[in-house]
Order: sequence, then C-alpha cells, then structure tokens
Amino acid sequence: MNDLSGRVGLKEVALALALVAVAAAISRVRKADLERDILVATLRSFAQLLAIGYVLDFVFDGRGALTPIVLAVMIGVAALTSGARGRRIPGARAIALTALTVATGGTLGVLLLLGIVPALPRSVVPLGSMIVSNAMNAASLVMTRLRDDLAASRPEVEARLALGQTATEASAGWHRQALRNAMLPIIDNTKVVGLVALPGAMTGMLLAGASPSAAIRLQLVVMYMLLGGNAFAALMAGRMTVHRLFTPDHQLIRSLRREV
Amino acid sequence: MDCCFEYVDVRVDGDEGPILAGFSACIPDRGLTALVGASGAGKSTLLRLLNRLDDPDAGEVRYKGRDVRSYDVLELRRRVQYVSQVPVTLAGSVADNIGPQTASLLAKVGLDAVLADRLADRLSVGEAQRMCLARALAREPECLLLDEPTSALDPDSKSDIERLVRRLADEGLTVVMVTHDQRQATELADRAIAVGTLP
Repeated sequence: MNDLSGRVGLKEVALALALVAVAAAISRVRKADLERDILVATLRSFAQLLAIGYVLDFVFDGRGALTPIVLAVMIGVAALTSGARGRRIPGARAIALTALTVATGGTLGVLLLLGIVPALPRSVVPLGSMIVSNAMNAASLVMTRLRDDLAASRPEVEARLALGQTATEASAGWHRQALRNAMLPIIDNTKVVGLVALPGAMTGMLLAGASPSAAIRLQLVVMYMLLGGNAFAALMAGRMTVHRLFTPDHQLIRSLRREV
Repeated sequence: MDCCFEYVDVRVDGDEGPILAGFSACIPDRGLTALVGASGAGKSTLLRLLNRLDDPDAGEVRYKGRDVRSYDVLELRRRVQYVSQVPVTLAGSVADNIGPQTASLLAKVGLDAVLADRLADRLSVGEAQRMCLARALAREPECLLLDEPTSALDPDSKSDIERLVRRLADEGLTVVMVTHDQRQATELADRAIAVGTLP
C-alpha cells in the first residue's frame, strides 16, 4: 500500500501525542500558561473526532437519509459559535443561523444541481462541513466588524441619517468594508493556493493515495465552493446585521449609541 | 402661542437612571430658542428627539401639533435639519456635500466660493461647521437644530457662527440651539429653556 489511510491505528495516534507533550513542555518552560488549554483541546479533539467517526461510519453505511441531520447539527453548532462572537448584536444567533443555512444550502445546492459532486453522504458531508466552518468565520467577521465600526463612527452615521439617508444608505460605506474584510482571507487563500500551502482537501487526497491531478481537480472545486459559500454567508450576515442595528425608523439602536 | 415643537411629559431612560424625567416645554414657531443646561442634563437628547434620532421612553414629542412619530421619518428629518456639535463632512468636495446650490449657499454662510472644489475633509473646523450649515440649508428646512454649534470652535469662528445663526433666525427659520453657555442663551437667543439645574 502506498497510502496512509489504512496505516494509522490508535497506536500511531498515541505516538503522535508526543508532539502535544512537546507543545505542553514549551508552554511550561516559557510560562505561557497554556498547558490546561492544550490538555482540553487534545481531549476535546479526540472525543469529538472519535464520535464523528462513529456517526459517519453509521451514516455512510446505507443510512444516507441522515445526511441532512448531520449538516443541520454542524450548522447549529457553528451558528452558536458565530452568534456568541457577535453577541452584542441583537439576534446574532438568528443572523448566524440564517446566514450559514443559506450559505450551505445555496452552495451545496449548486454543486448537486450542476452534478459537480454526486449526491452521496461521502461527498456531501465533508464538503458541507468545509462550507459551514468557512462561512462561520465569514459571518463572524462581518457581524463584529460592522457593529464595531458603526459604533465607533456613530457621529458620521447619525449625520447621514439626519440628512435624510435611510439606514441602508447611511451604513453603506461600513457595510462594504465589512464584506471586503470577511472575503479577503478566502480570496487571498485562493490566490496563493499551491504556492504557499497545499490545502486540506488536496492534502487529504494525496495522503489517501490519489493522483495529484485528481487531488487538484477536487481542490479547485473546493476553493470555488468556499468562495461562493463565504460570499453567501457574508452577504446575508451583513444585510441582517444592518437590519438589527437600526430601528425601522432609521435610528441607530440605543445599545450602539450609548456605549461610545 | 403656537408651539413649533412641544415636549409632553417626556421620559428618556439611560443606563444609570433617567436622562430626562417628565420634561415638558413648548418651543415656539420662529426665532431662536436655546436649550440651556449643564452637561449631562439631557439637552442633546432633547434635540435628538426632535428629528427622531432618538425616541422617548414615555411621553410625546409634537411637531406642529402632531406626534413626531406620525410623520414619515425621512421627510421629518428633511424638514427639521440637524447639525451636530463636531462637524461631519461626507466624502468628496464641498460641492458634493452641499449639492446644486453650492455657490449661493456658500455665500449665505460666509464661505469663499473657491472652497466649492476643495475636499470637504480639508476644511478647518470653523469652515466645516459653516459647510454643515449650508448643507442643512440646501434641504430647504423649516427648522434648524443645532447641538452646541460653537463649542468646537475658536473665538473668531464662534462669533461668525453666532452672527450667522442669528441672521437665519431673523430671516424666519425656526432655530433650536443646545448650549451650556449662559451668555449665548441670554444674548443670542430670543428665549431660553432651562434643562435640569443651571450651571
């Protein structure tokens, strides 16, 4: 066998823990006070991946109908995480949930409708999870940036409102900036892909023994998919955040006004 | 006496207790009315209630006899123009900020016509404040709300703005001005309404 997929057993995982011990030792020596976090992260990753491994074995084994539920759980957890990041925005969880649902549904929908990937749990679940985790970051970035910028620029925003601009018009400049801010990382990643780093999907396929050209084709689909998913999520999160930071009468909400 | 604006038992809550508790007052049509009080007394909040940048938690604010909330808010804000304490310039030139009648409005607020093509954020604070007044006048408002319009200015610019505001009021515009300056309230304004305890 020339691939690694069947060769990593629990013994190999245990040996890899030696690297975690190195990280903990460095933290200890440098007094970075990260040992506890490293321990928690290691235990969590072990438990979570073990659990999802069993779940995926179960779903892939002829229970493909459960795929939407797996995706829904992923979206739910991501929405809670992103919602906590934007907690100073009223309804941040609902914003994140909507943005991630639209991003995942829209992007996967395009991939499946155009027949780019087969409608199998083995393709839909991993691709979906990549969309969700990237879209989660995009939604968090848009929400926090937009809120913080509007709060910091309150006098300018209100001057625009006072001149008769709508909430949408008055916030347009900051909205645009927040979208750019959320999209630039994935755009930059797409630009330097293959030059700076071999990305995850491609790395995975190479490790599993696939030919480099097959790995590259999949990676291209993944990158374009992530661009699309992030754009969906950023767009939805941005619109909904503006909607929540102003009243229907084009006033900044009070929590945003009083804090500066 | 007809009220242009009327506060009826207005309460506005802040994070640490009420900013305004049961405030009532009538701001008559025409002339220059000063809202005078110490900082933190709620003067600026009172001004912001008039063009609905904020709404009271209880009570009512009326404009020409009707609850301000019964107007279309964008139309209300056009008719009742607000100029903030620190001038806010929008991107672009002075002409971009003011609009089609830039030349005549610059003359009206006492700014040189050559400034029309200057980038708005290159103006001095005094010039910018006058540009903001011109920008407000470009909307052909019925009332002008001024939040401490001279507090960010040097003495010369301050007296220029005071003369300008006085002239606008004399020409028939209803002007409501917030100030903590007792002299400004008594010498410049036609009448003063005390907010909270006087300084």
